Amino acid sequence: MTPTIEAAGLRKRFGKTVALDGLDLVAEPGQVLAVLGPNGAGKTTFVRTVATLLRPDAGELRVAGHDVRRQPGAVRRVIGLAGQYAAVEPAMTGRENLRLVARLFGQDGRAARVSSDRVLELLGLTGAADRLARTYSGGMRRKLDLGASLVGAPRLLLLDEPTTGLDPRSRIELWDAIGALVGAGTDVLLTTQYLDEADHLASRVVIIDHGRVVAAGTPSELKQRAGRNVIEVHTRDRADLARAAAGLAGLDHDQPQIEEATRRVRVAVAAGTDPLRDALGALDAAGVAVEDISLRPPTLDEVFLALTGQGLEPAAETTAGHPAA
Amino acid sequence: MASIFAPTATRPSAGLAASTLGIARRGLLKFLRTPQLVVVGTVQSALFLLIFRYVFGGAIGAGGLDYVDFLVPGFITTGLLFAGMGAAAGVAEDLEQGFVDRLRSLPIPRSAVLAGRAVADTTLLVWSLAITGAVGFAVGFRLHGGLADALAAFGLLLVFGFAFEWMFLTLGLFAGTAQAAQGLALMVFPLTFVSSAYVPVSSMPGWMQAFAEHQPVTVMVDAVRVLTQGRAAELLLGHGAGFYVVRSLAWSAAILAVFVPLAVAGYRRD
Repeated sequence: MTPTIEAAGLRKRFGKTVALDGLDLVAEPGQVLAVLGPNGAGKTTFVRTVATLLRPDAGELRVAGHDVRRQPGAVRRVIGLAGQYAAVEPAMTGRENLRLVARLFGQDGRAARVSSDRVLELLGLTGAADRLARTYSGGMRRKLDLGASLVGAPRLLLLDEPTTGLDPRSRIELWDAIGALVGAGTDVLLTTQYLDEADHLASRVVIIDHGRVVAAGTPSELKQRAGRNVIEVHTRDRADLARAAAGLAGLDHDQPQIEEATRRVRVAVAAGTDPLRDALGALDAAGVAVEDISLRPPTLDEVFLALTGQGLEPAAETTAGHPAA
Repeated sequence: MASIFAPTATRPSAGLAASTLGIARRGLLKFLRTPQLVVVGTVQSALFLLIFRYVFGGAIGAGGLDYVDFLVPGFITTGLLFAGMGAAAGVAEDLEQGFVDRLRSLPIPRSAVLAGRAVADTTLLVWSLAITGAVGFAVGFRLHGGLADALAAFGLLLVFGFAFEWMFLTLGLFAGTAQAAQGLALMVFPLTFVSSAYVPVSSMPGWMQAFAEHQPVTVMVDAVRVLTQGRAAELLLGHGAGFYVVRSLAWSAAILAVFVPLAVAGYRRD
């Protein structure tokens, strides 16, 4: 079957900044592909290139078999784009916004009415359908924007950081909506800096950094590739942190990391549950009062760190996987 | 539900006319449903007309014409440019907020996006021409030519407005942000004030006259003036209606020839 997206050696620069530096990527049909990376990694540039909004400087890019440079019209017929902004018209109602886009997709009046109503229902916006979009909350606007990318029944949905800036509840609602679409057979290309988002939505994750792919696989494959479980200890007293770290240091060759702010010590360990028993013994011997302790697979942030030697969000390392938004 | 979202291999796309109309309708609704735009725009132009008519009017001599008859054609014509400042800010805002990206990702002719905007803004000019025309009549402006000539003047104004619209679309597309667009749009001040719109060009210093005489706004204003004021305006300005109409249409064509390709290039650029 024709891959949904096929990128080979894709390059794009803006002045002196190299946004895409030989990006290679294949997305098979039936996948939700998450492109994960820090700010400036080239995620948005890649989505805009797939959406035919940017022309690559070099390399090949095919969307559903169509070359983005030579057949942009054919590409636009198979994609639906929801960008980082809620690109809806505030002075039109939700229903009018969707019908406008449906008509631009070439649907006649009746078809546009039907598909708009279906999308409103799917996104839970039927009750607000006849209110002007300027009265919507931020989360509702994003949903409407997502809806606008859906009324044309695209084969490939492009979502550029769809939940950036949303409150946690709106994020989860939007995730549910995206999940429902995937169930109905739409392929999705999603960019995010949120690890839990990629983990939650994607069947395949591509990690990019400085415009090139640094790792790719299913979320669990990537975690396995980083290879090791993590033991995380939450101490009752800040004063115990150093002693806890010293106790855990004997477990494995990995150096424990202390997080003062949250009174936590983390250490990577071998597979299995033995290290947990050993850790409890070591902490006990060191006389550390433990608030709680956990054994878990690494988060994507830790995977990213292991693969690139650099955290995803420098300022937010202490809250890995739990974006402040 | 699955049926409607089941991906389709090929989808039809909307033609140029349908896309242009859809996008134009959005532009019209945006204006009509934003009371600030309607009220502020209307009050502002009425206010300035009153100020020129009654505050400056007494001090300005307009040859053989009453100042109000001299002023209103100039005021209405330059109003097209002031309205255009809003178009520049509007298109820049659409760029900033991702609306243009959404449209560019759709399978529609790319020219439809700009054409739709130009059609909407030109349609809205009918509204602002009607308002300033009505205020003009209320403060003493009268037609001294035929009705056919007046209608021709109205048609010309729409042509000028359409031409300037593309100039402002270009500004907005290259400015990038609404604020920058508004800043760039300040260039309307030399074009409007250093023209025959509010005062006779002969009252300006020589170097300034050279510019005022040869820029498009002056010719456009004078075309409207001669069509609405007839003989008295011809005597004052030195030429008949045909002279100004042909020249103003040539200017409009030239503006379109320069700015339509520029706007399209601005829209296409990465």
